[in-house]
Amino acid sequence: MQNIPIEKFQITGLNENSMEAASRPQVGYLRDAWMRLRKNKVATASLILLFVIVLMVMIGPKLSGYAFEQIDKTARNAAPCAKHWFGTDKLGRDIFARVWISGRVSLTIGVLGALICAVIGCIYGGIAAYFGGAVDTVMMRIVEILISVPYLIVVIVFSLVLQSKGILTLILAMTITGWCTMARFVRAQMLAIKNEEYILAAQALGVRPWKVILRHMIPNTLSTVIVSITFDIPGYIFSEAFLSYIGLGIQPPNTSWGVMASSAQSVFTFYPYQLFFPAVMIALTMLCFTLLGDGLRDALDPKLRK
Amino acid sequence: MNNQLIEVKDLCKYFPAGKGNTLKAVDHVNLTINRGETLGLVGESGCGKTTCGRTILKLYQPTAGQVIFDGKDISGLKGKELLKFKKRAQIIFQDPYSSLDPRMTIGEIIAEGMDVHCNYNKKERDAKVAELLNSVGMKEDYANRFAHELSGGQRQRVGIARALAVDPDFIVCDEPISALDVSIQAQVVNLLIKLQRERGLTYLFISHDLSMVRHISDRVGVMYLGSLVEMTGSGEIFAHPLHPYTKVLMSAIPVADPEANGSEEELEIKGEVPSPVHAPSGCKFRTRCSYATDICAQEVPELREVTEGHFVACHHCGESGEQQKNA
Repeated sequence: MQNIPIEKFQITGLNENSMEAASRPQVGYLRDAWMRLRKNKVATASLILLFVIVLMVMIGPKLSGYAFEQIDKTARNAAPCAKHWFGTDKLGRDIFARVWISGRVSLTIGVLGALICAVIGCIYGGIAAYFGGAVDTVMMRIVEILISVPYLIVVIVFSLVLQSKGILTLILAMTITGWCTMARFVRAQMLAIKNEEYILAAQALGVRPWKVILRHMIPNTLSTVIVSITFDIPGYIFSEAFLSYIGLGIQPPNTSWGVMASSAQSVFTFYPYQLFFPAVMIALTMLCFTLLGDGLRDALDPKLRK
Repeated sequence: MNNQLIEVKDLCKYFPAGKGNTLKAVDHVNLTINRGETLGLVGESGCGKTTCGRTILKLYQPTAGQVIFDGKDISGLKGKELLKFKKRAQIIFQDPYSSLDPRMTIGEIIAEGMDVHCNYNKKERDAKVAELLNSVGMKEDYANRFAHELSGGQRQRVGIARALAVDPDFIVCDEPISALDVSIQAQVVNLLIKLQRERGLTYLFISHDLSMVRHISDRVGVMYLGSLVEMTGSGEIFAHPLHPYTKVLMSAIPVADPEANGSEEELEIKGEVPSPVHAPSGCKFRTRCSYATDICAQEVPELREVTEGHFVACHHCGESGEQQKNA
């Protein structure tokens, strides 16, 4: 090879930075997730439908002009018509009004149940994962024991002990063991995150432990927790419907979707619409929450950002 | 002023390994790092390099021994003093994928240390982040991106910027290049060298890539099963390795020039690395060493100065050196 004097070389202006152009506007994590959720048509539709259901649950009972426990002796088991939009039941009560009043109970149980379980589960699972060792072992064995108790027994015992079958008893009975699954779930998530190097990096930078939990561990668990809450809500709604159906849940004159379905079942062959409306409400709500949860999971994962 | 920035004395870090066993990840390591120099730490996987680096930074509580940073023993530090130490000593991680929080933007990641140690307002903070991004060769609008949008090399540079954000004096580079491909390795290493010159940084450069260590280090320490077996200047260790283990390591470096082949014989090593849970008695290398004799099984060799600035932990290194010269 010839010796070429160094003066003959010159930098042609290949700038590394110019290749790394392309920028985006500054958006926060949550706004970014919201934008991605809105792009998901199925999730957006579910969200809108849920919004409509909630709205109707709030204002619906007033629209028909009948109170939910009001008996119309002239129209027993009436088919849907201009007077009674969804028809009436065997006592002549307006089903339209009853469906929305039932929705209040069902949605309250679903949302409250899932939220209570999530909060307790997060705290419990977080503590177990953060301290680890013996604390973790003892806490998780307790969870396993609680999980192994069939919840039907818990519900029966609770309604006997508390001498009531109201909405609070139901929530209490369902959450008393329900949080265990969430606790396990959160613990597993946090254990995985605890070993990530960015936690170590934060410790090396001198970030305080509570701030490490707050800034790294919780945000990285939160999206999965939110998603699992949306999947839990239909579970609680269905449990309530099931318990009311077998007579352990809400008692008349109060009503819920499960109670309505249960009482309509005996006259199902003659008046199928009495079962149809509460069943559709249960199915729609559960479907919407499930689809929304699916969309949320995608939206909250920044790796899917385009 | 003392030239030594860090002095590590008899540092040990043991982990419980179940059934009453202990894993001696770092076993009586002594080393010093001078201001502004780069100490390379090499050794095969699992020999305790990373643990050693992390224990020096007090990310792990040492089982025994001392780490003296700038004249102060750091083992007893608490609260504000510890925070001060953490501002001065930082770390760059091996895996650029797990070392950045996927839910934080690059700007937030880099600013994390500033939020702890410096009271900047938002404007100063943004300016500092932009300046740091520029100094590691990235554009400032990367601050709004998320980590998964970057390539491995860019992520590693973000890791470097995060460490630099608190203006440290000392950085442990924990295999910063081993997860990157070769073309990016050179970029990152040259960036590290450039930053060292500009900011007068001191590095502990942990790696198993011998050629890269030779390129960046002033002195090199060789670790085997948690112990330091040889330590000297980086030119010296590649030219005249004394410890049998180092010799084998050096002969394993691929030679870039095909014509130069044949001048060095390739040394082979017997067997597998013993488990650090049941390390051999005496000299830990004896089970694989071709020079091993009775004394190696009985006594742990001390790290002793054989020639000036050249420390070796071997009972036979003087003799073996002579043997080699005679041969």
